[in-house]
Amino acid sequence: MRIAVPIKQVPETGAVKMDEATGTMIREGVEAIVNPLDLYGLELAIRLREAGGADDVVAISMGPPMAERAIREAVAMGCDRGVLISDRAFAGSDTWATSYVLAAAIRKLGGFELVICGERATDGDTGQVGPGIASFLDLPVVTYVSKVRGLEAGRIIVERLVEDGQEVLEAELPAVLTVVKAIGDPRLPTLRGKQKARKVEVPRWTPADLDVEAENLGLSGSPTRVVKIFRPTVARECEKLQVSDEASAQGAADRVVAFLREKNLL
Amino acid sequence: MTDTDEYRGVWTIAETAGGRVARVGFELLARGRLLAEKRGTELTAVVMGSGVGEEDLAELIQRGADVVLLVEAAELEHFLVEPFAACLAGLIRRHKPEIVIAGATTSGRTLMPYVAVKVRAGLTADCTGLDIDAETGGLLQTRPAIGGNIMATIKTPTARPQMATVRPRSTRPPERDAGRKGKIVREEPPAKLTSRVRRVEFIPAADVHTLGEADIVVSAGRGIKKSDNLPLVYKLAEALDAAVGASRDVVDRGWLSYPHQVGLSGKTVSPRLYVACGISGAIQHLAGMQTAEAIVAINSDPDAQIFRVADIGIVGDLFEVLPVLTEKIRQRKIDKG
Repeated sequence: MRIAVPIKQVPETGAVKMDEATGTMIREGVEAIVNPLDLYGLELAIRLREAGGADDVVAISMGPPMAERAIREAVAMGCDRGVLISDRAFAGSDTWATSYVLAAAIRKLGGFELVICGERATDGDTGQVGPGIASFLDLPVVTYVSKVRGLEAGRIIVERLVEDGQEVLEAELPAVLTVVKAIGDPRLPTLRGKQKARKVEVPRWTPADLDVEAENLGLSGSPTRVVKIFRPTVARECEKLQVSDEASAQGAADRVVAFLREKNLL
Repeated sequence: MTDTDEYRGVWTIAETAGGRVARVGFELLARGRLLAEKRGTELTAVVMGSGVGEEDLAELIQRGADVVLLVEAAELEHFLVEPFAACLAGLIRRHKPEIVIAGATTSGRTLMPYVAVKVRAGLTADCTGLDIDAETGGLLQTRPAIGGNIMATIKTPTARPQMATVRPRSTRPPERDAGRKGKIVREEPPAKLTSRVRRVEFIPAADVHTLGEADIVVSAGRGIKKSDNLPLVYKLAEALDAAVGASRDVVDRGWLSYPHQVGLSGKTVSPRLYVACGISGAIQHLAGMQTAEAIVAINSDPDAQIFRVADIGIVGDLFEVLPVLTEKIRQRKIDKG
């Protein structure tokens, strides 16, 4: 069985700059890491292979040429191989255009029974690409998977973490999953994995390698546009209230209650 | 290219569970009403479910919907992406709404991207602000990104509909107006509602206030001095209907268990309100909670780092402050009924 794990290289949070003109992130000069939540998707895929449920785990990433490092890190963790999708034509893709290309790459690789995604990426924070890939491939998707109960002859039984509990769902394969942290702590790369990662060949695909329409790619293929970027008012003006006795405690509590009412919290 | 003028009307998705409309479905009417009025168009609440109560449908109208678009089928009793997406995509193709808004819930965040792909719509997740561009009449969607470091305003120039998810509890449902008129329109679901996913069972959470999803978090820090003092924090949490969090100090000392830990080495939370009780505010803790919409901190040290990210900081003895605050909040809730 073959498992695809779409991963994204993201900037280490905290050191992010934006291009005010185009509204996209400036990635140069910022340390890039594998999206921490994608590591859980990789972990599940590798565990399923170890349990005999899969024999080929492929990491797929769309991004700039430097995202090849993300693929090598995935291989160091235990993936069998990886593919990088990289070309200027893909720049500025929103979640629709990203899902479109990743789905096309998965279709080209072929033979997948499972596509396992992280819950969301820590930069865009949308969580839309996993279900988007499923929709383009016309596959069922189970999001927020916290546990795999069983994998057998053409079906998978999983637990899905929702607001008020846990659903137990049985999905026909092939299917797309997005996983949450409860799936299990990601492993560190092994020495053997690192050696393999250094040597593995990472094919780089461009639009010419995929069955895609040019008009659906990149910024021009994206239905949405970022039109403005601004800093949220993070520097909060802390209103300090001194409490030294019963009366000032009462006063401070009244102020907090009034504040909560202003904020529609009470 | 889509003819954007062909698309009219604002839709909000009213999620159902067990035949009842969920609270978020009423909340979204507040957002939808504002947009519909600015666009001079109708607000439609879309209900997909099974055996949905008439009273809840009427309440959607009383709280702001002009039309309730209802699709019922046995296959829609619980959320499964394929039948729900087939219904919603079908409704969108038939009626061509300009805007579709859903709650950023586990089902909304699954359904919307699945449908957006099918109908080639623009979709923006977790919007905190929605408005109409005075110039173009298009939807302006504002949302935080990169861990709340940046806010982005996004629009959808030509694709329609313009779709967005909004976090639950980020608005209040509009007031109920018993005299408000509207119509309930029943539509047939697509002929074949198939799903390759089957719901086997459901295990309700023992504690619904799981920290990550809680709207309000009350956290204890080393300032509580010993575990015997935890009830002070629990009582405040109970009054606010909040989940209880903790700093790493508190967890390391064994006063609360690891699932309560907030911070880089614990959980990242982004509730509507975070109350820090006796927490000094180490960077590693701040990183796990500073995107909360509102922050109230209580600490005896006027220079505590936690005050840097707080909206209101009470400088004082938490053993003096917490009981008074808890009582006032309780009283306020009783007065409100």
